[in-house]
Amino acid sequence: MGNMKLTLKIWRQAGPDAKGAMVDYPVTDISEDMSFLEMLDVLNDKLVREGKEPIAFDHDCREGICGSCSLFIDGRPHGPSRHITTCQLHMRKFKDGDVIHVEPWRAGSFPVIKDLVVDRGAFDRIQAAGGFVSVNTMGNLVDANAQPIAKQDSDKAFDAAACIGCGACVAACPNSSAMLFVAAKVSQYALLPQGRPEAKSRALNMVEQMDKEGFGNCSNIGACEMECPKDISLENIARLNREYLGAEWTKE
Amino acid sequence: MSILDAKVPAGPIEKKWSEHKDHIRLVNPANKRRIDVIVVGTGLAGASAAASLAELGYNVKSFCFQDSSRRAHSIAAQGGINAAKNYPNDGDSVYRLFYDTLKGGDYRSRESNTWRLAEVSANIIDQCVAQGVPFARDYGGLLDNRSFGGALVSRTFYARGQTGQQLLLGAYSALMRQVGKGKVKMYDRHEMQDLVVVDGKARGIIARNLITGELERHGAHAVLLCTGGYGNVFFLSTNAMGSNVTAAWKAHKRGAYMANPCYTQIHPTCIPVSGDHQSKLTLMSESLRNDGRIWVPKKLEDAKAIQEGRKKGSDIPEDERDYYLERRYPSFGNLVPRDVASRAAKERCDAGFGVNRTGEAVYLDFTSAIERYGKLEANVHHIDNPSPEKIRELGMKVVSEKYGNLFDMYENIVGENAYVHAMKIYPAVHYTMGGLWVDYNLQSTIPGMYVLGEANFSDHGANRLGASALMQGLADGYFILPYTIADQLSSEIRTGPIKTDTAPFDEAENAVRERTDRFFNTKGTEPVDHFHRRLGKVMWEKCGMARNAAGLKEGIAEIRKIREEFWANVRVPGKPNELNQELEKAGRVADFLELGELMCMDALERNESCGGHFREEFQTGEGEALRDDDNYAYVAAWEWKGDPGSEVMHKEELKFEALKLSQRSYK
Repeated sequence: MGNMKLTLKIWRQAGPDAKGAMVDYPVTDISEDMSFLEMLDVLNDKLVREGKEPIAFDHDCREGICGSCSLFIDGRPHGPSRHITTCQLHMRKFKDGDVIHVEPWRAGSFPVIKDLVVDRGAFDRIQAAGGFVSVNTMGNLVDANAQPIAKQDSDKAFDAAACIGCGACVAACPNSSAMLFVAAKVSQYALLPQGRPEAKSRALNMVEQMDKEGFGNCSNIGACEMECPKDISLENIARLNREYLGAEWTKE
Repeated sequence: MSILDAKVPAGPIEKKWSEHKDHIRLVNPANKRRIDVIVVGTGLAGASAAASLAELGYNVKSFCFQDSSRRAHSIAAQGGINAAKNYPNDGDSVYRLFYDTLKGGDYRSRESNTWRLAEVSANIIDQCVAQGVPFARDYGGLLDNRSFGGALVSRTFYARGQTGQQLLLGAYSALMRQVGKGKVKMYDRHEMQDLVVVDGKARGIIARNLITGELERHGAHAVLLCTGGYGNVFFLSTNAMGSNVTAAWKAHKRGAYMANPCYTQIHPTCIPVSGDHQSKLTLMSESLRNDGRIWVPKKLEDAKAIQEGRKKGSDIPEDERDYYLERRYPSFGNLVPRDVASRAAKERCDAGFGVNRTGEAVYLDFTSAIERYGKLEANVHHIDNPSPEKIRELGMKVVSEKYGNLFDMYENIVGENAYVHAMKIYPAVHYTMGGLWVDYNLQSTIPGMYVLGEANFSDHGANRLGASALMQGLADGYFILPYTIADQLSSEIRTGPIKTDTAPFDEAENAVRERTDRFFNTKGTEPVDHFHRRLGKVMWEKCGMARNAAGLKEGIAEIRKIREEFWANVRVPGKPNELNQELEKAGRVADFLELGELMCMDALERNESCGGHFREEFQTGEGEALRDDDNYAYVAAWEWKGDPGSEVMHKEELKFEALKLSQRSYK
């Protein structure tokens, strides 16, 4: 066991329509080798033993790739370190005696379900509006190497495709804009020949759905890029704007 | 006991699948619209199957417990996906991929299934590229390959260290396209609680809406379980926290046989346990073994000094290091299959040569790779007489491009820079080769219920080779099940929608409700995790990397005791009709507590060593697994008989026509 003592101030909210509040929880015996979520496990274990309701939070893979975990920690999505998710944040980043504020993602389009759990279904609906290449499972395919793709394009497409859909970009943005998320998906396909045939309709449809979901506009602040655990570049937003404008001007 | 019929088509192995496809019954497009299919799980197998079935015209309902179907644990696969493309011209073929997979599985998989997997592997790459999956490419713009454990060719396609993510997002995009069209109805944050069997056929499921707690009835003409493996029975594993056996276990209790449950894969390259608080273990991709060399000190006193913090790995001179895999297995070296590498690490650590505080770690060292790559780069960039520092700098850049994300992950978790200090690794539970028994059509012993991906047992035998899990998930979902399911569904075109206001649905829903009430009414003192950790410890010690009869018997007794205590003393707070994560965990752990006993029974029954199943009583003089083909060349498929521990075993004899059984050697 470790020996750090911390005070956690955690957002508690019983349900979507309930009024929430920050509640103080002291925790002791925290080891620097624990992950932030393991520290919350310790707290939840204690709460259950005391007959209290444990804190609900989303998490699954705990290795930074599934995008389940969220948490606004001391005013920053995924906490103080760059390029990692909350589940990869370890307690060695904190000091004995620290007071840590833990809140859910705050955005109108991500309503709170309970405590720190929010509904990110809007991202799935944006994806369903156009985030794909319209290709069925094919019984008779063209060989994968029939069409070479320049390594730099493929690498850039990969950089954009690395998005884990966690929603940190939205949480970080003062406008609650989802532009970085949408831009990442649009860019991945726009950079690959397989994605070009539908590039126009994709950009138009995904942006339309994004607006329908109530996400705010992008005003080039850049907080999304700063807080993105996967280092998705703002360059993608520029590409989305080009794709979108091109599609808008030439649409029939 | 009975002998199970796998319904393997007749004919030579290379013709079986195409002949079978040619003669399978079909469903006409208009009739497909009258047929409903439930797909549980949205990993590679589930997402690819759901999308493919919807494209064909079936009405699909897709379920996942995560908040989005994009988060299924396939996403965490790092290293790659195998395919017999032979792009590098290094001699690969369908036969060789089949051979490596069957041999890698220690001849305990069904030969015809393994061949089919190899046969469709190349299509998967074509399909994924067509979907816009950004695989790694070389400077000519063509797809790049790398080698992986257990193979002597480079047949692994990859997308940096995030291959699973990219393949899953490809399948997810196909699924979302069908959701957008209305052909798939998506139920996320829903967990299957039971299978409903009507007149001997799988006809639906009971699912819990994890937000409202409501129990829902869903009827369909067929049910697909694509629910992954059960490695979390060990509590600590590389699986996601939510990965569970519940759907499969409930199906088992409804009549689906559970096959070879004791076949567990312990992955050799994971970050060692750091303390009691640990909630999961993190994998370091097997691809690291391409360039990293595994070693421990030769001298016991050096190991002791390292364990006590008096020495560092870098203090040990080159000739005092024991590169034990290279020493024991000169032909495969650091690229031996996972079971062999894991056991070798355990052997060294048990002998006292471990290199961390707990003595349960070995080094994975990149020093020589950095030097080798650095020299190559110096040549490429025409740098004459480069200094050792320059070589190191150039080499580190190459290693960082290949594995940078893994080194970063390691540093986040351990707090140490692996470019400077050799990485420390130790084996951890990673994958389960056992699973629900299926025939050649992927149908379980319950007609109408199919099992795909890691959840079934069929393709990997007693040990899975690296980069083969992604291959199997997508093979099953894209290219196998959409054909084989039609055979049964062609007889359902006149059935009409499945009604859910019937007695079997009542009975199943009531059973779920009663169990939920029992969790709340127990009102004990210990949280669910307390029991899960205890179970995991028993499983790891008694049914882990090495097993013996006495230990397995003790394990069974201990698991029974934990199970009794669980039902007497578990505390589940809150209410059933709300988001209640403790209730979710309780349901999963209650099922693990029954599965664990069956795993020990299966391991006890199998008096041989094969792949990941290593019985200490059965080994060669050199400590290698000793198979008994005369008596154990079969699949052990267990039938539920009403109580844990009373399962009855049925056999499927394994026949090998294309390959001769031989002692597996990587020397």
